[in-house]
Amino acid sequence: MSNLVGIEYNRVTNTTSTDFPGFSSSGENAWDVEKFRETFDIQISSLTEREANFDLVHVDTSIANAFRRIMISEVPAVAAEYVYFLNNTSVIQDEVLAHRIGLIPLKADPDMLTWIDQSLPEEEKFNDENTIVLTLNVKCTRNPNAPKDCTDPKILYNNAHVYARDLKFEPQGKQLETFANCPVVPCDPDILLAKLRPGQEISLRAHCILGVGGDHAKFSPVATASYRLLPHINITQPIKGELAEKFQKCFPQGVIGINAENEAFVKDARKDTVSREVLRHEEFEGKVKLGRVRDHFIFNVESTGAMTPEEIFFKSVRILKNKAEYLKNCPIGQ
Amino acid sequence: MRQVGLEASEVSSILRTIHRMSDITDKKQEQDVAMEGGEATAGVVAEQTIIAQSEEEAQEEEEDDEEEDLDKEKIKILPQATSEDGTSASFQIANEDHTLGNVLRYIIMKNPDVEFCGYSIPHPSEDFLNIRIQTYGDITAVDALKKGLQDMMDMCDVVEEKFTQKIREM
Repeated sequence: MSNLVGIEYNRVTNTTSTDFPGFSSSGENAWDVEKFRETFDIQISSLTEREANFDLVHVDTSIANAFRRIMISEVPAVAAEYVYFLNNTSVIQDEVLAHRIGLIPLKADPDMLTWIDQSLPEEEKFNDENTIVLTLNVKCTRNPNAPKDCTDPKILYNNAHVYARDLKFEPQGKQLETFANCPVVPCDPDILLAKLRPGQEISLRAHCILGVGGDHAKFSPVATASYRLLPHINITQPIKGELAEKFQKCFPQGVIGINAENEAFVKDARKDTVSREVLRHEEFEGKVKLGRVRDHFIFNVESTGAMTPEEIFFKSVRILKNKAEYLKNCPIGQ
Repeated sequence: MRQVGLEASEVSSILRTIHRMSDITDKKQEQDVAMEGGEATAGVVAEQTIIAQSEEEAQEEEEDDEEEDLDKEKIKILPQATSEDGTSASFQIANEDHTLGNVLRYIIMKNPDVEFCGYSIPHPSEDFLNIRIQTYGDITAVDALKKGLQDMMDMCDVVEEKFTQKIREM
């Protein structure tokens, strides 16, 4: 059975995996770790502080999808959850500002915090092991040195704009030492939180705790975690001359090349977006087959900045393993 | 989770013998009584050893019970959908979704002894995952489930190993 998903004009074919024992006469297909170790492959195309692009090859959709889902909704991260307002005379309402503060990604290592015990009353809930305290104290004033004809509020007033960088970390208890080398700061300091005018003031305290993306998107460590299947283009009959040029234009740049004999060839199928434009033209009918490789996943993981993308992927693998391990140790009830 | 060496009745008969053999303080008696419903390790003759063990195990048992109270709700067998010989069964797992369900289904289906495996989330508002396993009869559904979970753990190890290796190579 081919491992290509067929992509036709108005449908996709051959979409389900069939690598199970008893499905076909060829091949065993039973689960074998050693076989998996041999065939499974990871290729890392790019890796930066915020974004990773890597391929998982020869792995089933269910597994690749589990990693993707876990990265989005089950890898823990830190975000502001409780915001206590001491004063807010700005035009932005308390609850709206609290929500905006919650959504700010923080450069805080989730491994340095423990989980909050939700059963405790609020006054006992927070301690230096499970909570990070951020404060925001800004007051807008007139700038006496502003030029007379100036209309820019940023020059006319001090603190007219409140940014994420105005949130200040207040280490509690032993955090003075444990967070000495890695103070908690917003990953992106230039996020606008509120606008003020002279006389307006914001003073608040935010308690940041551990959470998972499943509870609220602010706890998700990834901006995006997605995969696509590797595109596959099969030219079944030679396409030459002018037709080749037209053929080339049906794909994004760099996908199709034209050789010395003026014949089209597949240069880099990975760059294809699988727009199916080529299938709209009658002259290419029967000359090309589009598909995707079913067990080749091109992952793109974009971190919010708290962790590196490879760390997030690592954690997703561990979380899946822990799920299995925990379930295995659970007694089966009636 | 527990290793049960002897049936409860056997345990109590052994203990009764020991009681007859020597005078035991009230405190120790209490602990032994607490143990009668539980388990013990087989083949111990010396009285002191048994008593020492019973003390330990009484403590262990308490911890086990606490843990089990939490865990018992995690996975349940659905008796109405389970055959008498246990070769086909349905399980209900709490607080899990497609993330675990689909991987588990895939890996259990890869077991040659399994005839059928499927999963469903019966209702979107309830955090339950139902998984059904039917074997050809050589193993029980519970065995197939445990093997599936073990295979899943092995798979994760391979992925982690490979990813570490590739990151190092960069």
